[in-house]
Amino acid sequence: MQVNMIEEKQKGGIRTRRTIAYIVLILFSILCLFWFYVLLINATRTHGDLGRGFTAIPSTHLIENLTNLFHGTIPVLQGMLNSVIVSVCTAALCVYFSAMTAYAIHAYEFKLKQFLFMFILAIMMIPTQVTALGFLQLIDKLHMMDSFVPLIVPAIASPVVFFYMKQYMDGALPLELLEAARIDGAGEIRIFNTIVIPLMVPAMAVQAIFSFVSSWNNYFTPALVLKSDTKKTLPILIALLRGADFLKFDMGQVYAMIAFSIFPVIIVYLILSKYIVGGLAAGSVKG
Amino acid sequence: MNKKNKSVVSYNKWGYIFLLPFLITFIVFQLIPLLSTIKNSFYEHYMSGLTEVGPNWVGIANYKKLFSDGDIWKYMENTMIMWIMGFVPQIVVSLLLAFWFSDPSMRLKGQRFFKTVIYMPNLIMASAFAMLFFTLFADSGPINSMLVSMGILKEPFKFMNSVTSVRVLVASMNFLMWFGNTTILLLAGMMGISSSLYEAAEVDGANSTQVFWRITMPLLRPILIYVMITSLIGGLQMFDVPQILTNGKGDPMRTSMTLIMFLNNHLYSKNYGMGGALSVFLFVVTGVLSFIIFKFSGNEDKYGKK
Repeated sequence: MQVNMIEEKQKGGIRTRRTIAYIVLILFSILCLFWFYVLLINATRTHGDLGRGFTAIPSTHLIENLTNLFHGTIPVLQGMLNSVIVSVCTAALCVYFSAMTAYAIHAYEFKLKQFLFMFILAIMMIPTQVTALGFLQLIDKLHMMDSFVPLIVPAIASPVVFFYMKQYMDGALPLELLEAARIDGAGEIRIFNTIVIPLMVPAMAVQAIFSFVSSWNNYFTPALVLKSDTKKTLPILIALLRGADFLKFDMGQVYAMIAFSIFPVIIVYLILSKYIVGGLAAGSVKG
Repeated sequence: MNKKNKSVVSYNKWGYIFLLPFLITFIVFQLIPLLSTIKNSFYEHYMSGLTEVGPNWVGIANYKKLFSDGDIWKYMENTMIMWIMGFVPQIVVSLLLAFWFSDPSMRLKGQRFFKTVIYMPNLIMASAFAMLFFTLFADSGPINSMLVSMGILKEPFKFMNSVTSVRVLVASMNFLMWFGNTTILLLAGMMGISSSLYEAAEVDGANSTQVFWRITMPLLRPILIYVMITSLIGGLQMFDVPQILTNGKGDPMRTSMTLIMFLNNHLYSKNYGMGGALSVFLFVVTGVLSFIIFKFSGNEDKYGKK
């Protein structure tokens, strides 16, 4: 009798807790989505509409706002193209060479291995900002100011991505497989490119997404390196927009521009979210 | 036997070859810049109008000036206040959500949907997100017009003119961008706790509050420390959001100016000496914090030995 009562009580408790959990989760989901909803609505409205206050229903001027934006003074399409070039190249170099670095540590035995491994882990946390001063002086000396190269090439040395790849390799790349390939007479570079890389594709895909997104969103370094208007990436154009005499702008275009910078990433994310959210937990817990 | 050993040695030189791209890139684009940043911090070197002053060796004068000026402490304080305002709610909410997600007796449905939604702000371009908040919270922006039309406010509130509201906006954006990420990290940590411990607690009649404080929290400590210190390192680097929100000015009255915004100003005005000293200071602080993670998370053995 008493046991039954306790069970009943516990069941009731769980039900209450579950209801509270759902309410809190829904509230936080709304908190996350609200801003993008307002952005989406406002990007479809004209400057005049926006001045009359907020409405919850979208209007029909999205295409008009985008067309105005593309023909306006801010080189948005060029900026988009620049962002795509920088981010794609960064992601490609980053995952390929991080896999290569991880492979060096994973598959070979050499004297400095332990030291180099610890060294790479130790430099993991150095923020790019603290070396920015010397970095700028260096690329100035190398005549690489206002070029994409200093934004892309440093991605070859990405300790965090390296660490993720190393963790993945421990589980996915048996050394016997390499021995077999060697017996068949394959060279080391060939083994890496034709056997290791295909096995690493899942890990590389996850990290490519993260690396693409962080390069896409990066503002600090590009703003210091890129000078000419035709080279600027989207975050710098956003900052230009903020710096300009804001109230004179067509607000419809302002919202369209923000939407234009944010929504491509959101769409890609929603398509790939299964892999992103999963991959995030798999790699970073152990770090 | 001898032959085999020899071939192993010749394979193993490939370890160095495959490490070369990483090491060369690191040396050229990080190590040399770091060393020259440190070197710069000991020289007087800045632009006065169009004329270049220096570089002249001045020893630790830049550091003395940096720390006696008071600006750095003010910006440190701003940065820390905004970090704490974002981090405290973040860790509380993330712990709660992760605890619910990981509790098998809750059997929450739609977990993937919720995780997808709360993680989403993390991928948003911080500068665009800040610009969005700036337009939404502008004096004649939609938030003000909503609050006025709902009768909560009589007249539009000037969000950008109040110390508190600018800091709250920055902290809220940081909170929104990071609580999903933290939830997923903590969740992964909680899933790693053996279920037999929970079962034993249930047999002993512990309620969920007791389970949380007596089992989950102590076992989660390494991950909590990791989350806290990485967030602190990230907080010290706070830049995009306040920079765009306040157009680089740190308004009102430089109360939302962060350390990296300060560094950015030195980089723009080409004040290499002071910029160098500030960079070295940030490097040392980050280094100490990273060392704490390294010691506390107890992972050295795990990574080190194969």
